[in-house]
Amino acid sequence: MNPLRDTALVFRRYILQTLRNPVWMFFGIVQPIMYLVLFAPLLVKVASSAPGFPKGGAYNVFIPGLLVQLGLFGASGVGFGLISELRMGVIERFRVTPISRISLLLGRALRDVVIITAQSLLLVICAIPFGLTINAGGILLALLLIALIGLLTASLSYTIALAVKSEDAFAPIVFGATLPLLLLSGVLLPLQLAPGWLRTVAAFNPLKYAVDAARAAFNSHLTDIAVVQGFAVMLGLGIVAVVLAARAFGRAVA
Amino acid sequence: MTTAIAPADDAAQAPDGDVAIRTRRLRRTFTTRGRGTVEAVRGVDLEVRNGEIFGFLGPNGAGKTTTLRMLATLLTPTSGEAVVAGADLLTQGGLVRRRIGYVGQTGGSDIIETGRGELVFQGRLHGMSKSQAEVRAAELLETLEIESCADRKTQTYSGGQRRRLDIAIGLMHRPRLVFLDEPTTGLDPQARAHLWTEVRKLRDRGTTVFLTTHYLEEADALCDRVAIIDHGSIVIEGSPDALKRQVAGDAITLSLQGEHENAFAQLQALPFVREASAENGLIRLYVDRGETAMPALMRALDAANLEMATLTVARPSLDDVFLAKTGRSLRDDNPN
Repeated sequence: MNPLRDTALVFRRYILQTLRNPVWMFFGIVQPIMYLVLFAPLLVKVASSAPGFPKGGAYNVFIPGLLVQLGLFGASGVGFGLISELRMGVIERFRVTPISRISLLLGRALRDVVIITAQSLLLVICAIPFGLTINAGGILLALLLIALIGLLTASLSYTIALAVKSEDAFAPIVFGATLPLLLLSGVLLPLQLAPGWLRTVAAFNPLKYAVDAARAAFNSHLTDIAVVQGFAVMLGLGIVAVVLAARAFGRAVA
Repeated sequence: MTTAIAPADDAAQAPDGDVAIRTRRLRRTFTTRGRGTVEAVRGVDLEVRNGEIFGFLGPNGAGKTTTLRMLATLLTPTSGEAVVAGADLLTQGGLVRRRIGYVGQTGGSDIIETGRGELVFQGRLHGMSKSQAEVRAAELLETLEIESCADRKTQTYSGGQRRRLDIAIGLMHRPRLVFLDEPTTGLDPQARAHLWTEVRKLRDRGTTVFLTTHYLEEADALCDRVAIIDHGSIVIEGSPDALKRQVAGDAITLSLQGEHENAFAQLQALPFVREASAENGLIRLYVDRGETAMPALMRALDAANLEMATLTVARPSLDDVFLAKTGRSLRDDNPN
């Protein structure tokens, strides 16, 4: 079968499911908005007084991190839906059709990416009245990066879900992995404020490079080495994750 | 993609045009934590003919579902080979998937989708255009009498409606061979009878049906031929009638007044008794023909001064076949 047509077909099924029940999309955006309204204002003074706080102002430093967080949180839980479909036999049913194996993954992950990108855009717009300064190129680059994070995280989430097949096993893995990844990426406060040991540990966290790249993009340093690094890391891991997940979809579903 | 239903006859005929499924020494082992390697299916040879309802019987854990999942391309056999719907299972999995319908134990429809939506999507997965899929979906909704709930989410369906939808999903692309994994488990008698009718209609339209069940009555009433699997191996295969004849003729079950130590041995030794067993004070004798054996049995009992307390004569059931072949009753549903 034609992988493009099949991917579009699967994408359509899942985006319609999401749109029919938009309350979940709303939940996904509530948390970042709360951070924007209830936490970001605390950073204004810190940004101007703390030595080492990156330049660009509180919002231009904080919002890129918040977007990365949105991408990670939004995509890490997508495996829950897959597990309930596994239980209903839906995935098994799909697998006994000629549909291309990679489309089963790509169609769903594309839905996740579209939702996350739309939420990110909404968050950016909401942040402008607070004092976020933007440029079109930087926003575009940042959204592309968030989309990549979404694809990477969703693929990993699906791979884990297909491996463990139960919510009870899936939940602790996902919640256990996302929080340290976030804290070690300088999402809430820039790692420039961190002691040396913490920065050393964070250097092994791929998500840190994504946050650095998003911040550089938001501050109009589009050709900064951080942007190149961030994209390279996310793209490399993204490809690995997609291959892993596509193979997991193709393998036996017990 | 405009090629519609990926018609089932797009390749050369099977080596033997009469055969829907043929397996040779199909084996599957699982590696489990703690118990090491478990041999779930150990060398299964099967032949299912085109146009028949083939029942695959066995207790839970006997290897039924593992075998079916291998034939439906969901599990890779550890060894052995098979031709399914005219395509080689190991090298032409894609072709097999185009030609077969598969209805798993858990069904496969999502509770947040409508029945019609699931049917149309299934058609699209098989390469149909939207309008083709809609026409075919309407046709199946009518045939299986689920039009009334077609546009409701499937979470509102009754067990019988859901099962009929599952089967409709498996039939969307007009497969030549359909796998039904325990299609009537959990249904009430009326829904079960309804489903049997649908399965027979399928066969009458030329579709081959391969179903698993642990209901013997179901296999007996519905299937043209059955195979019984136990501990991962085929124990016996044939038409229900032939199996029953082959194992033993009619079953005479009797109990005697008082205690008689030698009674069983005496009865077992009678010339017309083919097999005999004793359990909980009941003696069961298998004879070729109950109606001619009865008078002879009466005379033998008289001669031995034995007096009967109870007596029943029954045509053998598939359970008798299973009992004779494995030494235990399928009804125990023993998961070993």
